[in-house]
Amino acid sequence: MAQIMSGNEAIARGAYEAGVVFASGYPGTPSTEILENVVKYKSDIYCEWSPNEKVAFEAAAAAACAGARAIVTMKHVGMNVAADPLVTLGYIGAEGGFVVCVADDPGMHSSQNEQDSRHYARLAKIPMFEPSDSAEAKGFLAKAIEVSEKYKTPVMLRLATRISHSRSIVETADRVDSKKNIGFEKNPARFITVPGYARQMRVKLEERLGELTKEANCTPINKIEMQDKKLGIITSSISYQYVKEVWPKASVFKLGMVYPFPDDLFRKFAGSVEKVLVVEELDNFIEEHIRSLGIACAGREFVPGIGELSVEILSQAKAKLQGKTVPTIAKAKYAEQLPVRRPVLCAGCPHRGVFHILTKHDIVVTGDIGCYSLGALKPLERLDIILCMGGGISMAHGLDKAGEPKKVVGMVGDSTFFHSGITGLLDIVYNKGRSTIIVVDNRTTAMTGHQDHPGTGRTLMDEKTFEISIIEVAKACGIKRTFTINPYETAESEKIILAELEADEPSLIVSKATCPLREKKPVGKLRMIDFELCKNCGQCLKLGCPAIDGSGEKPVINKLLCSGCGLCEQVCKFDAISCESDDGEAIV
Amino acid sequence: MIKEKTISVVLAGVGGQGILLASEIVAKCAMLAGFDVKTNEVHGMAQRGGSVLAQIRYGKKVYSPLVAKGQAEVLVALEQIEALRFANYLRANGMAVVNKQMIVPVTVSSGEAKYPDDIETKLGEEFENMTYIDAAKIASELGNIRAANVVLLGAMSKQLDLPEECWKKAMSDSIKPQYLEINLNAFNKGREF
Repeated sequence: MAQIMSGNEAIARGAYEAGVVFASGYPGTPSTEILENVVKYKSDIYCEWSPNEKVAFEAAAAAACAGARAIVTMKHVGMNVAADPLVTLGYIGAEGGFVVCVADDPGMHSSQNEQDSRHYARLAKIPMFEPSDSAEAKGFLAKAIEVSEKYKTPVMLRLATRISHSRSIVETADRVDSKKNIGFEKNPARFITVPGYARQMRVKLEERLGELTKEANCTPINKIEMQDKKLGIITSSISYQYVKEVWPKASVFKLGMVYPFPDDLFRKFAGSVEKVLVVEELDNFIEEHIRSLGIACAGREFVPGIGELSVEILSQAKAKLQGKTVPTIAKAKYAEQLPVRRPVLCAGCPHRGVFHILTKHDIVVTGDIGCYSLGALKPLERLDIILCMGGGISMAHGLDKAGEPKKVVGMVGDSTFFHSGITGLLDIVYNKGRSTIIVVDNRTTAMTGHQDHPGTGRTLMDEKTFEISIIEVAKACGIKRTFTINPYETAESEKIILAELEADEPSLIVSKATCPLREKKPVGKLRMIDFELCKNCGQCLKLGCPAIDGSGEKPVINKLLCSGCGLCEQVCKFDAISCESDDGEAIV
Repeated sequence: MIKEKTISVVLAGVGGQGILLASEIVAKCAMLAGFDVKTNEVHGMAQRGGSVLAQIRYGKKVYSPLVAKGQAEVLVALEQIEALRFANYLRANGMAVVNKQMIVPVTVSSGEAKYPDDIETKLGEEFENMTYIDAAKIASELGNIRAANVVLLGAMSKQLDLPEECWKKAMSDSIKPQYLEINLNAFNKGREF
């Protein structure tokens, strides 16, 4: 049956059809919806959100070593977290088909960097496939399982935002189960990566790569589309789609299996066209290799390597290549005069209360990855550095030990705490630090669309489970000073935070309140501003709440947006803000 | 009788306005009419109150899921300044369907920036061919303000060469049965513009 599916939905469908029985991952845009769709097939596929990508990878890898068909999903920066098991699993290989689905984010729509994860395939010496639409995303997942089992190797399926989040037509098929029985077979030379065995594995790894190169040279997913021989374009992934629009007449070599490189096909293609152009997003991964073969080609000097490509950008590259005037990209006349819509903390967001408290003090706040990253933007501007998942805790310790003269607070989210915050906490206690850590616990992985995690008491497969307490974990790590605050009660919360900043020992404060977007209900009674009592001091506007409109004579609260958190009422020194009764009058 | 040319449509608005459902209906309609179809949408960080653009392309064979600037047959804006922001996507003489709705960005409510005045004049300058509708008012009169998007879809549908029965089938596939009737009414109302 034909259906319109996103790339991520198609991968989930592909996993189902290919007989996958195990799927794990950690949420991260643009990869999240893969597992959110795999769970639709939970009667056939066991699936889980793991605490982080490394754990997800290791669990899925072991499943595959026992013969299970398995996938693991993550965003590009998650691949960094899972890089340790990735590279060594290359040595061990896989018994059941094992596919690592990694989604890059060129253009950084929702990420802290735009690394090109294709390098990991070369680093780990494993094959890598790149689909160019949803139908291929589904088909390549099945193909990757097949190649994985044939060559006993993990396979990487590399995606990009425009593959994961674009929709196109997919034909579905029935599920085909693996004939293999699941059962781990003891075989030290295969599974024990101590140097004695690993040295032998290392040799076999190169032999396998040689076999895979042969596969790459004959696989139908590496496809030469010969047309006009004046220009031959080598491309893959979403870039292929742009190339077909900009150069409809050119010959195209479309790579579906990008690594190991199909050298014979590169030579054949280059030999049959007058000029070769490589079109790829981000790094010169393919281009550098082609040049290393002694094949002359054009590429990066015409095609930008920063940000996403597009039909417009490639039209400019085409003009440059032909020595013609480069076309300008049409701009909207008023676009620059329009107010920007920055992403903001939602109305009623529990993080706002913590940021509001911290804005009043001259301290350094080391931040982390999540919705609370938005606290770094105007008007709050209360995060001073963001590095990576879990970094909020470890960086606070680093500043403390380096002798930073100001007080330091480390801020981390609940899902992030479980992801990689705990090791930072151990570092603080073990090395006698004294940092103050605030875990902004909104009871969900909010930024990626409300996924469960070890602290929520529910699994991806919608089962009840043990709810792991952040406070108890902190105590077990040796933190003696632990507190839970309600971020909607700022006066009480501020007392605790200030006391802990003064403490000469490490502290962990959990700011606990559920994300109202997840609850799908207001935090409390809607608030209103009394026009007469309001002195226009602007304190409420400093909260950066999207429900408070300060564009008129005096601020007003937008009833449709207000979540009733009451933070504005607490910051108003003139008692101008109060709850609204059902008939719209202020309740005194 | 499938035409060679690929048709592009863009829907602009603010995160949370229900742009994805509207995009899904257009895409399904095109598929039901026998076309190849691709769409693109924004997830994650961009949804927290940010400007959102959904793109739909259909034709005999569609390659890029993204609409190039100056290529869209129709631009539908669920919020009026978003029409101005994404005006460059529309082809010359393309049709703009703009909702008379104002959603104030935080940069304006914090006093950092100004919401532009004389919007109607600016829209008039940008779009030769425009339908400017108070879709929320029409939807409210029909009984549910949330059908506003479908009023706009109805208005834009006239510009696209897709059969009416495909629109209806696409809506009945994407909309919960209890809301279907009001949405079909909203669609028909929009088609009157």
